[in-house]
Amino acid sequence: MTIATVRNLRRISQVVFFLTFFWLILKTNFQVNFNPANPDEITLPLPVSIALQFDPLTALGTLLANGTLFKGILWSLVILIPTIFIGRFFCGWVCPLGSLNHWISEFPSERARRKGGRKIESNRYKKYQRIKYYIFFFFITAALFGTLQIGLLDPLPFLARSIGTVVLPTIHTAASGILGWVKSFGLGPLSTAAQFAYDLMAPLFLTFRQAHFHTILTIGFLFVAVMILNRIFTRFWCRGICPLGAMLGIFSRYAIFGLQKNEPACTHCNECLLHCQGADNPDIGAPWHQAECHLCLNCQGLCPTSALKFKFLPEHNLTRTNPAPVQKVDISRRKVIASLAGGVALLPLLRSGDAFAVNANSLLIRPPGSAAEEDFIARCIRCGQCMRVCPNNALHPTLMEAGLEGIWSPILIARIGYCEPTCTLCGQVCPTGAIVELTLKQKVGGADITPNRIGTAFIDKGRCLPWAMAKPCIVCEEWCPTSPKAVYLREETVYDRRGNGIKVKQPHIDPDLCTGCGACEFACPVVDRAAIYITSIGESRSAENQILLQRKGIAQSNIRKG
Amino acid sequence: MERREFLKKTGQALALAAITGGTGLLFNNRQKFTYDRLMAKTGDFAVPADSAFPGMALAKNNDHVAALNASLDAMGGIKRFIRPGDRVTIKPNIGWDRTPAQGANTNPVLVAEMVRLCLVAGAAKVIVTDISCNDPRRCFLRSGIKEAAEKAGAKVILPDDDEFVKTDLKGELLTVWPVLKPFVDTDRLINMPIVKQHSLSSCTIGMKNLYGILGGRRNQLHQQIDQSIVDLAAFCRPTLVVVDATRVLTRGGPQGGSLDDVFVADTVFCTTDQVAADSRGAEFLGLTGDKVSHIILAAKSGLGMIDYRAAGYKEII
Repeated sequence: MTIATVRNLRRISQVVFFLTFFWLILKTNFQVNFNPANPDEITLPLPVSIALQFDPLTALGTLLANGTLFKGILWSLVILIPTIFIGRFFCGWVCPLGSLNHWISEFPSERARRKGGRKIESNRYKKYQRIKYYIFFFFITAALFGTLQIGLLDPLPFLARSIGTVVLPTIHTAASGILGWVKSFGLGPLSTAAQFAYDLMAPLFLTFRQAHFHTILTIGFLFVAVMILNRIFTRFWCRGICPLGAMLGIFSRYAIFGLQKNEPACTHCNECLLHCQGADNPDIGAPWHQAECHLCLNCQGLCPTSALKFKFLPEHNLTRTNPAPVQKVDISRRKVIASLAGGVALLPLLRSGDAFAVNANSLLIRPPGSAAEEDFIARCIRCGQCMRVCPNNALHPTLMEAGLEGIWSPILIARIGYCEPTCTLCGQVCPTGAIVELTLKQKVGGADITPNRIGTAFIDKGRCLPWAMAKPCIVCEEWCPTSPKAVYLREETVYDRRGNGIKVKQPHIDPDLCTGCGACEFACPVVDRAAIYITSIGESRSAENQILLQRKGIAQSNIRKG
Repeated sequence: MERREFLKKTGQALALAAITGGTGLLFNNRQKFTYDRLMAKTGDFAVPADSAFPGMALAKNNDHVAALNASLDAMGGIKRFIRPGDRVTIKPNIGWDRTPAQGANTNPVLVAEMVRLCLVAGAAKVIVTDISCNDPRRCFLRSGIKEAAEKAGAKVILPDDDEFVKTDLKGELLTVWPVLKPFVDTDRLINMPIVKQHSLSSCTIGMKNLYGILGGRRNQLHQQIDQSIVDLAAFCRPTLVVVDATRVLTRGGPQGGSLDDVFVADTVFCTTDQVAADSRGAEFLGLTGDKVSHIILAAKSGLGMIDYRAAGYKEII
């Protein structure tokens, strides 16, 4: 097999893994199978979060933060173990974000600074590439103390979150907008053509309903920034930021596969440096950095004199003009210690805020089956899979509702969508067990089992039509899905300002029955701020956040221990 | 100035002028266009009365298909209502994410049989659709109606935002509302409600089932529920009302959930009179038509008769 073939294999591998990743996110969606064997339990046909389970950093982070390896996370060994022998093949061959960075970096540009000498210079090893190791140590230490922040910069959750909550909804809004605009001309053939184009792309890219996500500009901004940085520094993210790259770099410390340089053959044409993805100094005259190499094999493929060769157990000759490779990861001990110290300090810093005294955010409604908050934060990698899959668009990324510590973790906003009682999809797609998969019975409860609660509903009597405005309305009661209904009505005579007695049915809430699903808040016809709303109190996942001393169905065994 | 340059510049100027003028013309039409979108659709699909047949026929049989057929035959058979080549829209209640046993949605067996009958009568196309409250994909799936109706040969349409037409319902309360296209863009409309308890209107049967043709913020209609139901029934006059009283939700309506709330009545009845349908249906809930305010108001408005026996009533037990 020639080196050209191997490079083409690498390109195919990048495309295949990227498309697979993208396709899995597209499939993280409720696409109804209309001939189900068992319609009582609606399950996704595919293990759509499998890509995230192959992520070694997610595995290490969650293992340190909560002491468990959830579900299929052991798959990450498929990445990790070969890395020990051959180096960061994942970055160059598999990682979908790495491939995206690669393509955007390499996309032809007329800009002078990316050509010739400047490009060669930018592809030399730089000190900034150490930053990723310090990020890695910082977040890993923080995880050890119980706050899992690694998902913010872990490439697979990063990309899943960005595509799921920003890219795809933006495409959807744009497509609908363009379609509506074209149709507004009222020209038949034009409308038909636009509709045809829309209908072609819809089943592939668009969800059944347009999803609108809370506070996604932060996610979108970061994603765009990472993409743009590629145009200034080739694969800036992969070289300088990515903590997974850092982890794999550390694990490639003892790799037996590597670059062998044949010094006399080199003509110093610098072709290798022009297309080096990892900035690992493949050229003669500089020390090769094993931990930075993405194994893209461009250097070997482009070397006109075959002076560079990747092989097992390469010889590393040290001559006066050609320094030996750097086997160790290039980091300074002092700064590693500083990173570790920072990681240690992160948790107490994050938890000294008032949210950890009494006034935790009452509107922080977590998805059904969520772990207790502390455990939740030790598991959630903010991949956005639960938000993407929620059929009612009920789950959204937080901004500050869960504190800075919980940024982009899921929150339920009932005004936008309620929690469908018979739906358990968010638990099915959660790759780390932050949301545990419930069975239908565990979700809705039964004679022998209490339902899963995410909060409790309250009535705002100053806004409720039968309470405040002498108007009939029973929509919350109508929508209440529990059986019997948690919202019940009492007929009362109220008086309008002229003193006319009007009979209305005023809603009340039975806390024993309410599961906090938010259907009442969703359906409330008081459009802006609902007259009935849910707060997190009474949620099954918390032993403390309870309103009543004895609430029917709060069995201690039903509450997950943190 | 050379000739070539002159032609080029003139051409560019003309093109720019054409774009400017064209854009102006296009946007100038917008007002007219939106005006046209308010379609003068009618919701009247009634068939002429025929004194040879009773106004209502009720059949009780634990074979629900047989009950439907017996009731329909007594009304003159499907051929009285469906002409060959008709486009038919069937409107069952597919409001909630509930199974058939829970009695919140119309019995899928009856929907399938109705589809089959229409096709046998020569209908060109049979559409089954409804505007659900919960996620329509879940409602259509769990109710069993999608699968059953498609197997029987119907086209099942999940409501889509693009499929609404602004329609002037000409009601007292309901004026211009978005209506799902198949409910006005059809030759025949068959309303197939289920009998359910409702805490404001007392019962959800035929006329209340018509809420399901409306888009928009229909949850606000509860403020004047009686008038809105009557307005709807005055606008939307179905060809036939086929009432599913096989499983009657007596409590916890309209969504239900508990099998304890369901009373098995194994009854199906057909009528052309919406008010009569609701009046008879209310009896399954321990009510009578003259105690239910929207039925009274509808009868007063001349939409039908509370006394369902007046136009002839036949029971097949």
